[in-house]
Amino acid sequence: MRPAPDTGGTLPAPDRGRPGLGPTAPGTPPGPETGPESGGVKRAAPGTRPPRRPSDGLGRAIARLVAWRAAFAAPLLLAVTAGMFALAKASPFDPVRQYLGDRAVVTDPVVAERIRANWGLDRPVLEQYATWLGNLLRGDLGDSRSLHLPVGQVIAERLPWTLLATSAAIVLMLAGSLVAGTVAARRRGSLLDRLITGGALANEAAPVFWLGLLAISVFSVRLGWLPAGGLTDAASATVEFGDLAAHMVLPVTVLAVSQSSWLVLYVRESVVGVLREDFVTGARARGLRERTVLVRHALRSALLPFLTLLGARIPELVTGAILVETVFSWPGVASASVQAALAVDFPLLAALTLLGTLAVVGGNLLADIAYTIADPRVRTLGVG
Amino acid sequence: MRAAAAALAALGLAVLLVPPLAQLDQQLVDLRSAGLPPSLAHPLGTDQVGRDVLLRSVYGLRVSFLVGLVAASASMVVGGLVGLAAGSLGGMPDRLLMRLVDGFTSVPHLLLGIFIVALFAPSPVAVVVSVGVTHWTTAARIVRSEVLSLRSRPFVEAAISGGASRSRVVRRHLLPHLAPHLLLAAVLMVPHAVWHETALSFLGLGLPPHLASLGNMINDGQRSLLAGDWWSSLVPGLFILVPTLALGVLAQHWRDRLTPRLRSELSL
Repeated sequence: MRPAPDTGGTLPAPDRGRPGLGPTAPGTPPGPETGPESGGVKRAAPGTRPPRRPSDGLGRAIARLVAWRAAFAAPLLLAVTAGMFALAKASPFDPVRQYLGDRAVVTDPVVAERIRANWGLDRPVLEQYATWLGNLLRGDLGDSRSLHLPVGQVIAERLPWTLLATSAAIVLMLAGSLVAGTVAARRRGSLLDRLITGGALANEAAPVFWLGLLAISVFSVRLGWLPAGGLTDAASATVEFGDLAAHMVLPVTVLAVSQSSWLVLYVRESVVGVLREDFVTGARARGLRERTVLVRHALRSALLPFLTLLGARIPELVTGAILVETVFSWPGVASASVQAALAVDFPLLAALTLLGTLAVVGGNLLADIAYTIADPRVRTLGVG
Repeated sequence: MRAAAAALAALGLAVLLVPPLAQLDQQLVDLRSAGLPPSLAHPLGTDQVGRDVLLRSVYGLRVSFLVGLVAASASMVVGGLVGLAAGSLGGMPDRLLMRLVDGFTSVPHLLLGIFIVALFAPSPVAVVVSVGVTHWTTAARIVRSEVLSLRSRPFVEAAISGGASRSRVVRRHLLPHLAPHLLLAAVLMVPHAVWHETALSFLGLGLPPHLASLGNMINDGQRSLLAGDWWSSLVPGLFILVPTLALGVLAQHWRDRLTPRLRSELSL
């Protein structure tokens, strides 16, 4: 093993008993176990290509990755839409009856049938599916039955708020977990370490909506420091930066904290592992400062696999966003999916489920691209 | 470790013994004692219609745990069978099944759960189906990877070269070795399933509102939280947190016992 931390050092064993995380498989790429060696699906024997310099394969490696993922994502999204339609077909729920509400009892069945025909619900389910899919490809997502707005408009209005809150939460989660995990690893076995580890384990067990209510109870009701929910004060008609920031603190922090347990434990575990490696001992022997050893050598090489893990956590992030947005009445797409579900608003719910799946697929792709850029071995060896 | 076992035992006893022995009716609405803070008569206060929070939490734990147990078992059976088939058949069936697993994991769990529950009226069955559909993939992955590692072990190869049929290899060699891992995965899946049920109920999409589930209680208590009644929503949450944490600690020890190699590596 070369003691060369500046090329990324060694991969730490990523699966060495991550505590408390349950039996989730980390970062399983949907591609085949043995990655495509050249140009897509066909596998060439390893080592037949002349070795290249790491830099000139990057663009090609990323293009190959994107193409491979797109080839997986297209049938997946198609299957998701088909599954949603099959479920809707099997459901005992009747949208026309719901639309009419109390009037359903007194409405002429002819009128009800006309509404049904108007919505295209009387045609065979395959035909309905084909129509919906065709509209989707043209960018028309249909109309939300509960909000009486085009679904595209609902998403366009709400998506920025979700992206704002979740990206702020991701940044906060990364920064906080890196610091907490490294500190715990550095002072392994100390009271501080036990506090951080124990806190992370307890946090893992706490439902995120409970954390949100706890935060509201403490910081809004008891202390009165921060607003309990919403995007702005009820009185204000415009979105002011200071007001928005105050309303963001609680949801963003709760989302970040609820997602951070695994990361804190993971960072701690891998830094503990890396601190035992030869190159760290070497760096210490060369008389480098402890902080340099920790940040430039240990942390840097401990973090590679975590890019993939981060991608694999996107579903949890979506789940967290749904609950946090609901608790704090944050007007994003995630809370809209709950409202759509409560109102059994199929067009909106289907579009949002598809959006969630797209976020997962896209997040995994981004994580893999980041990994390809970060680790030169991935692109030279062609491990997809 | 001991504290975790004790906490689990205490909660288990409470869930089993309190309902038959209770003096108070958990559904009893008493508006004169609505929203009372914790006191001697009501150790953890009352909710906004005067029901005892501690008593109702125990009932809620019972309901949530039952639903979670059924849902976890269902997903273990489905996932276990898929994983066993994928691992022991190999080749094309394996690849197809694992792509199916990948596909299911690509849809965020809660979103899929919400979708299913929304279309089929809130009921225990819908919740169980929604948890089962979203959780079987974990079991499938664990079982498949265990089967793959078992298949290359000498005793399995010896059995195959000795002429054992595929079903005999599965029954006599694979399943006995899989059993402890399956059981561990099942134990860890129960809190997951409880969490899922609670989240759905909290959103108003899970169990019917009159059932004392932990999620329903947190959802009910949410409204009086802003008035300062923290106990009616935060106490039921503790009944999710404590058993989950205790079970996690115990499962960790169990996992360490199952894989002694891991233990020795960690304690270096």
